[in-house]
Parts: sequence; structure tokens; C-alpha cells
Amino acid sequence: MSAPLRTDEAAKAAGAPSAIVEGGARKPVVARQNGRWTAYWHLLGARLKEMKREPEVIFWVFLFPLLLAFGLGIAFRSRPASIPNVAIAAGPGADAVLQMAQRSPQSLHGQIVPEAEALDGFRLGRYDLVIIPHGDAGGEVEYRYDPARPESVLAKAQADDALQAAAGRQNPLPAAERAFSEPGARYIDFLIPGLLGMNLMNSGMWGMGFVLVDYRQRKLLKRYVATPMRRSDFLLALASSRLILMVLELGLLLGLGILFFHMRVVGSWLAIVLLGALGAGAFAGLGLLTASRAQKIETVSGLMNLVMMPMWVFSGVFFSYERFPAVLQPLIRALPLTALNDALRATILQGAPLAAQAGNLAVLVAWMAISFLLALSWFRWT
Amino acid sequence: MSPLKQRPPKNESLQKRLTHKAAQFVRIEGMGLAIECRGLRKTYDGKVEALRGLDLEIREGECFGLLGPNGAGKTTAIEILEGLLAATSGEVRILGRTWQSHPRELREWLGISLQETRLAEKLTVRETIELFASFYRQPRSAHEVLAELELTEKSDAWVGKLSGGQRQRLAVATALVANPRILFLDEPTTGLDPQSRRQLWDIIREFQRAGGTVLLTTHYMDEAERLCDRLAIIDHGQIIAGGSPAELIERLGGQHMVEFAIDGASSHEAKKTTNGKHMQEVWRSLPGVESVHADNGLVCLTVRQPHVTIPALLEAVSQQGARLLHLTTRQASLEDVFVRLTGRHLREES
Repeated sequence: MSAPLRTDEAAKAAGAPSAIVEGGARKPVVARQNGRWTAYWHLLGARLKEMKREPEVIFWVFLFPLLLAFGLGIAFRSRPASIPNVAIAAGPGADAVLQMAQRSPQSLHGQIVPEAEALDGFRLGRYDLVIIPHGDAGGEVEYRYDPARPESVLAKAQADDALQAAAGRQNPLPAAERAFSEPGARYIDFLIPGLLGMNLMNSGMWGMGFVLVDYRQRKLLKRYVATPMRRSDFLLALASSRLILMVLELGLLLGLGILFFHMRVVGSWLAIVLLGALGAGAFAGLGLLTASRAQKIETVSGLMNLVMMPMWVFSGVFFSYERFPAVLQPLIRALPLTALNDALRATILQGAPLAAQAGNLAVLVAWMAISFLLALSWFRWT
Repeated sequence: MSPLKQRPPKNESLQKRLTHKAAQFVRIEGMGLAIECRGLRKTYDGKVEALRGLDLEIREGECFGLLGPNGAGKTTAIEILEGLLAATSGEVRILGRTWQSHPRELREWLGISLQETRLAEKLTVRETIELFASFYRQPRSAHEVLAELELTEKSDAWVGKLSGGQRQRLAVATALVANPRILFLDEPTTGLDPQSRRQLWDIIREFQRAGGTVLLTTHYMDEAERLCDRLAIIDHGQIIAGGSPAELIERLGGQHMVEFAIDGASSHEAKKTTNGKHMQEVWRSLPGVESVHADNGLVCLTVRQPHVTIPALLEAVSQQGARLLHLTTRQASLEDVFVRLTGRHLREES
């Protein structure tokens, strides 16, 4: 303290005896000296306590992604490929076609029904394929199928294969088949890293954005900057609380995958945690940027949904983004959630080293750096 | 150095005198003024003029009040002094320093309670105080501040569960835990019940007695009258009057108010019978009357000596053949000053 004379101390020095005479109201100043990081630790502690006391946080951050993983994991669990339903239009050659189809090793479920009923059932999705024999046994057959329905295309290929083989086709190229299905290639294995990425995005954006705007709306940010508190300590404490939460989120989701779905984590845990931290950092930056000006919770909610919506759709959380047109691919790959999901999948499922992820890491670092820099110059404390 | 005239310390309070001595002692160092601002202007969005040239000088150890109706510019003024808002133009010095040159030092020295801060609801009272204490290099002990503000019983309760009065005390506690030299309070008692208000007044007095400087805004006249050594009345972003409560009341011309009502019919009749003289002029011409105004069906006279005015008033009433329905006398208050000042102001505008 540069001022040697503080009024109260001076007053105490000059009038300490009379203070006691007048009722002893003068309270001694307890000379507690706060260190450089006292405020940071208190801010972090307060933030963690607040989160712990908010049941919604527990639900949305921890329970919701678990339920989602659980539900989707069960709905899309691995099942044998479905057997095509084939209708054979009743007619002179129908019996022969059915016999030929059943003789083949291809699994087909075929039945003979009147032509009108067969076409009707095809239209309603009850049959995947209708075979209309023209003429007697060994005569020409006609396939009615829908090229836009994958199961119809599959049924046509299988039925044709069965009929051609039964009719005596010789395969010029010998081919052996072996069934192959193991953890790592299933839908749940694809899904869990995607959910992890999405959860880091959701909780990062809300954890920063919502809290900051709520504090601003309460004038609590203004109250804090009216003290000597360092603004960087405040933001650092908020970011640290996100990191602590990130480790918990990550452990829970991967734990569920391992225990319940027998998922195999191939990559190193250290690399996974580092990726999680980088992802949490990028989305904390985006959350900070989104919340840098908004005065009301309603405004920031809309803004955050606007930012997150494209990533929910395009970033390959529930299905591969390769399905989108090629023109969109460079844009999709530039999104932070795409980079995070790709990196998490490569590390968790394939054990790729971080060095092989340079592109994705660069995308995440760029998002984090740019959003933090913009946010710090735009951020309004009052 | 200070253009303000030195007021002798009040004799009734030994503490005050000591505080004053301390202030003089510090003044040798050239820091007699706690808060000083000149030509403060604030224009919002280039059109709304919230402050139109404010000059203030607040001494160390003083309790100073900014008094004015809602929207007068009190909050804008206090937030500029607190360094939370940039002025459009003008100069601010707090304890001899400016916000530009010594922001961190000043933050250590000020304790601030904003208007309507909603502190984190899911933290307990003690956690909140300890959090604020952690921001300062040398805070007071949270335990001691809680005891002083009678919040010890509530120290484990969540902030969200507190009553209005308790929340307001907690807001002041977050300022006091800083161990500040100057306490800024923006409408500290708005919306509180009388008991909670009195409790807060005691806390503020206590702080001042220990040598602290207080700047508070209020739109309660009684609060300003009881707490403040000096005050400035603000209206439309300007100071329209300033001084100690007693000085302001003295400026009314008289320290007593005589309020009365007379029988309506007779007073109407009387208007015609007194040679075309307006009733107001009759009252104005009574001995010792400084001013007359009508308020809520009553005639209010500002007088120097009620014992001279009242017999004359009774005589005048009976001369008019009227009947007295109501008569009270009381000490003039800041409320009367305010009605006089803003009333005149409003009339000038329209």
C-alpha cells in the first residue's frame, strides 16, 4: 500500500482511547494478507459450488449425454442384415421361381401372391421386391424394385443372384467369404466419440455463455469489476471449472461405452484428455465470444443455438459427414466440432498419435485463439 | 487549498472531532479531499444528457448525500466516480488520484454497493463475503463483518433465501469487507422496511465514526437529513442546491412550517370581500411569513417565529369570517426544501 496514512488508521492512532470511552465500537482491522492467487481459488471454488448446487447442470452435463448414448446405442445395436421380403406374382412360372430362389444360399423370404396384391404390398413397403414371371418355368422374369430404397436394391441383387445361380450360372472368379464383426466397427463405437464431442460443445458454450450473461444481467459482473479482482482471474477460474467438468464428462461417457457396450479404447488416455481440453478450450472461447455483448439470457440462448445448429447437423455426431455433397466438405472440416470429433474418433478407435492429427489440432487451436482474442476486445463487463 | 469553508467539528461528538483531526492531519499531505470532480458531463448515445456539469468536493470523514428524484442523474454520477462509467467530459479525482493513473490502488480503497445487485443465489452468505474478501490485499475478517451487520445467524443460508433487508445488508457487507476508505452506496435503503432502514443507517454511521468517508445517493429526504453532513440536491443532471441539511433548511427563510385549512365556502366568499385581494397575498402579508404554497388542500406557510405568526393568522381567519378546520406547526424538513426547489424548477420549464 503506497499511502502510509489511511484515515481510519490515523483516526485510530489519534483517538483510540476515546473510541473505547464512546462505546468501544471501533473494530480492529484484521491484517490478513491475500496472496496473488487467493482470488482465483475463491472464484474457482465458488463456481464449482454453484454448479454442484444447480440440479439442471448435473442433468444436462452428465445425465443427458449418458441417456442419449444409452438410447441410441440400444436402438442401433448391431443386428444381422434384414432378410428381404420378396413377392412373386402368381402365374404359371411362379412355383418354379420360388423353388429356384429357395435353393440358393442367399437368404430370401419369398411368397406367391396375386399380382395386384403384390404390387399393392410393394407400394406400402410390405415387400421389398416383386418378381413377375413371364411365361413358364425357365422363362423371362421381371423385377419391380425401387432404386431409391436401399433394401429394395439389395433384394433385387440378392434375388437375381439366387435365380441366376439356380439357373446354372458359373462364377468365373472364385471368391471366399468370411464373416467379420468386432468392437470398433459398430455404430455405438462411432457414436460415443461423437457424443463426447457434442457434449463438450454444449457444456462449453452453455457453461461460459449462460453463466456470463446471467452474471451480467444480475449486475454481478459490474459488482466484481468494482473490486480489485483481476478480470483475467475471473475468466481463468471459469475456464478451469470447465476443464474439471470436461474430465468428468469424458470419464463418464467413455466409462459407459467400455462397461456397457464393451467398447475398446485403443488410443492413449493422455492424448484423449489433451484433445478434450483443447475441445473444451475452443468451445469456451466460442461461448465467451457469443456472450461478449448480450444483455439478456434470451438473446444469448438464441445466439448459441445459431452457432451450434450447423455443427449438430454437419459435424458427424450421429452419422458420417461424408454423406454431404463434396462441395461442402472443406467447410464442414473447418468447423471445430468436426475437427474434434475426427480427432477423438481417430484417437479412441484407431489409436492414432496426436502428431497424425495436426490438421484437426490446428483447426481447434485456430478457433480457440481467434474467438478468445475477439471476445477479449468485445467483452462488456457492465 | 479547498474553496469550501471549514465547518467547525460538531461538539456533541468527540468521535467526529477526532475524525476531523485525522482529516486535517492527512490534509498536510495534500489529500484533504476524498472525492473531487469538476464539470462532469455524461451524454448517452449523443442525445440523452444525464449529467450537465457536476462539481463536487467531498472531504475525508464526511458523509455526503446525493439527493434527487428518480432519473435525476444520481446513479450516473456515482458510477462515474466509482470508475465504472466513463464521463463524456470532466475530471474526477479520488483521494488525490485519477482512475487513469491508479486504477488498482483506488479499487483497493473503495467499497461499493451498487443499486440492485443480485448476488449469486446458490452461495451462502459466508461464502459470498469470503469471495469478496479474497479480491482485496488486506480485507477485514469475514466473521467480524458478518457479526457487525448481524448476519452471523444467516451465514450458512443461501443468498437466494434471504429477505430484502438481509440482502441489502449483505450487499453493504461485501463493500465493508474491503476495509475501504470510502464507501459508495447507491440507494442503499430503497424498498426496505423502516426497521431494516434504521439498521443500515446505524451501520453507515458506525463506518463513518471509524473514520471512513461515505457517499450515498437516496431519494428519501429523511435519510439524507439524518445521515449526511452535507448534501447536494440534483435535478435534471445538475446540482440545484448544496450544503448541510441545516443550511438548506435555513435557506428556505424559516425553520418552521405552519399548515392549516379553512372552511372552503367562507374562504371562497372571503375572496370577494377583501377588496379583490387574493387569499395567497393575505397569508403572505402576515408577520414572519417567508413563503406560501398550497399542498394537498392545505395552505403551508414557511415562518421564522410561529409564536408571532399564529396569533396573526387566527385573527386574519376570523376577520375573513372563516372557520379554521386544521392547524399544525412543525420543523421544516428537507422535504420542504425539495418541494420548494423542484416545484419552482418545474414551473420554469412549463
